[in-house]
Amino acid sequence: MRAVDALMECLKAEGVEVVFGLPGGANLPTYDAFYDAGIRHILVRHEAGGGHAAEGYAKATGKVGVAFGTSGPGATNLITAICDAMMDSVPVVFITGQVRTELIGTDGFQEADILGMTLPAVKHSFMIQHPLEIPRTIHEAFHIARTGRPGPVLVDIPQDLSRADIPYEPVNDVHLPGYQPTTEGNQKQIRLAAKALANARRPVIYAGGGVVNANAASELRELVLSDRFPITCTLMGLGAFPAPHEQWLGMLGMHGTRAANYAMDEADLICAIGARFDDRITGKLSEFAPRAKFIHIDVDPAEISKNVPAHIPIVGDAKNVLARLVTEYRALSADRARLEDWWQRIAGWRAQYPLRYEDTTDTEIRPQRAIQAVFEATGGEAIVTSDVGQHQMWTAQYYDFPEPRRWINSGGLGTMGFGLPAAMGAAVGCPDRTVVCIAGDGSVQMNAQELATCAQNAIPVKVVIINNGYLGMVRQWQELFWDKRYSHVDMGSYPDFVKLAEAYGATGVRLTDKTTLVDDLKAALATEGPVVVDVRVTAEENVYPMIPAGQAARDMVG
Amino acid sequence: MGEPGTKELISLDELEAAGNLRTGRKHILSILVENKPGVLTRVAGLFARRAFNIDTLAVGPTDDETISRITLTLDGAVHPIDQVTKQLHKLVNVLKIRDLEPEETLARELALFKLAVDGPQRAEVLQLCEIFGGRVVDVSKRSLVVELTGSDDKIEAFESLVRPFGLIEMTRTGEIAIARGRGET
Repeated sequence: MRAVDALMECLKAEGVEVVFGLPGGANLPTYDAFYDAGIRHILVRHEAGGGHAAEGYAKATGKVGVAFGTSGPGATNLITAICDAMMDSVPVVFITGQVRTELIGTDGFQEADILGMTLPAVKHSFMIQHPLEIPRTIHEAFHIARTGRPGPVLVDIPQDLSRADIPYEPVNDVHLPGYQPTTEGNQKQIRLAAKALANARRPVIYAGGGVVNANAASELRELVLSDRFPITCTLMGLGAFPAPHEQWLGMLGMHGTRAANYAMDEADLICAIGARFDDRITGKLSEFAPRAKFIHIDVDPAEISKNVPAHIPIVGDAKNVLARLVTEYRALSADRARLEDWWQRIAGWRAQYPLRYEDTTDTEIRPQRAIQAVFEATGGEAIVTSDVGQHQMWTAQYYDFPEPRRWINSGGLGTMGFGLPAAMGAAVGCPDRTVVCIAGDGSVQMNAQELATCAQNAIPVKVVIINNGYLGMVRQWQELFWDKRYSHVDMGSYPDFVKLAEAYGATGVRLTDKTTLVDDLKAALATEGPVVVDVRVTAEENVYPMIPAGQAARDMVG
Repeated sequence: MGEPGTKELISLDELEAAGNLRTGRKHILSILVENKPGVLTRVAGLFARRAFNIDTLAVGPTDDETISRITLTLDGAVHPIDQVTKQLHKLVNVLKIRDLEPEETLARELALFKLAVDGPQRAEVLQLCEIFGGRVVDVSKRSLVVELTGSDDKIEAFESLVRPFGLIEMTRTGEIAIARGRGET
């Protein structure tokens, strides 16, 4: 059979339900195979949209997402999604067409060295050299993407090789001698960690996206509840522990709660699980958690002691390690009363510094109120994606996520334009759930073309635009740190999002009245098909509290 | 309660941080990689991406044609070596990494020196060459090319001695290394 038909067989063997992609010259053979392969393919309007849709699908379902693009610009358009998937450890296989082998290196039409361009941004990549390699390579790509610390894998297939005839035999194994991720944590280290937790007087559990990736939320919950451990999550970890809860401190980091950041600052022991001490968490590294010892559990050994030296490093899968840590900890019968003083201290911060904003007395909608209204309108039951900026932080602060994989956003790379295509992918992966994209008026325009994809395929995403007419987060920084010199952040009231939605075949609604906001949102959510809700909010509202970049938790403002 | 080897933890003060340490000395990493296209680019690209500096780099085949060996040296005063090796291990094509212990390692480098030698200086240079165990591999009326093998210290010592005579140019391979004794590198 043709190599591309074998490729389709491999995708089926991997359980691929859907592919997001766009055809072009170099992957014409592949698209010919799609014609009757019986694999769902969603034609996106821009490869970046396809890449982010594959990420959204992967984050919502826990399965490997798949995105296709052609050579040259098709492939380069995927790069942002590839980088994004790398930063947030999202399992996606990207398959690009490449020009014919005889043209490689000649600057042929639509030739781009996509393998070279993406080298620093992939977990691994393959350039097909011979058509016989295709089946095994596809399986190895999926294996690498999904195991260990998940991530993006690129497979670049020259056009002539993809149409060659090969004898196809199903491949049931992989041959990757240099790839053996450690998943079982060391028992002695786990025992030592349990003892350290039992000895701690001011412990904090700090969980990140790795807990979500490892499907370890129930094990995390067991650990937190095995004593009165305070728990905070990173932006990527939200939902790993159900909020709200008496032991839940809220998100930590630059726009986290004071309770979470001050607890980290005063902790004597921090147990980091699937988190990587990003600068948005630590602020000024030399002043981060100065009194703490660190347990660091991560499936990627290179994360341990990368930014903050670990006292008890544990390399392993969070699900595996946490289950054993809970057993070890319970066996110690630690004295629960030892945490009483610590909880009093935390209770003081919580009482003194709750998340708050000044609400208006008229009908104007504060953006924070808009997020709360989305929470109320969905009952907290939706999958929520976001773009990047103020609306993202407000959502992280004001929408309580009860479960993992309900919150899908671009944390590491901070990719504007991520939310809408990611929502599209999540909705395809989880057709029974309401999927809401909370977007900014700036961000949403970066991949608004995918509304056409949603309309054509009846993908019922609900896009709630928190519209303040600004590139809001940049404006906030210019206000606070650049003397209010608002340089190129004013987006005006363009475009008319209601008309834009209608032009794309979606429903458009504009909301401006706080008093009817929840009901209006409910009505929009109940409308069939894709809906764009243009929520006009206070233009110059800031995200608080905030640790200014490069400063310490104690320097929080707002 | 603890099994043998697990220390009884009494207080958090006993815990010490591991990793991220600067050793302050030169390190020689011997890296076995799959002999496939682009592998060297992946290794070099990783160093660039993580802002690690390579001092020297030598690549060549091993006794197994499917495997190549990359020998690279870097400064342990500038980089936390464990972070470098952990990042290298994440490359799927990297099979094995050894951070070679200086006392248990033979490291050698080949250098070629082109020296300007006119008249009476020639004898003096030849004498130095003999002391260092170098070989003259090319002679012309006004120049010599000397081939020298040894540790980087030895090559640098020779360089500083011959430089006053007129060093036209020099080329070095970067060190390669092998473990002493019967064990594999």
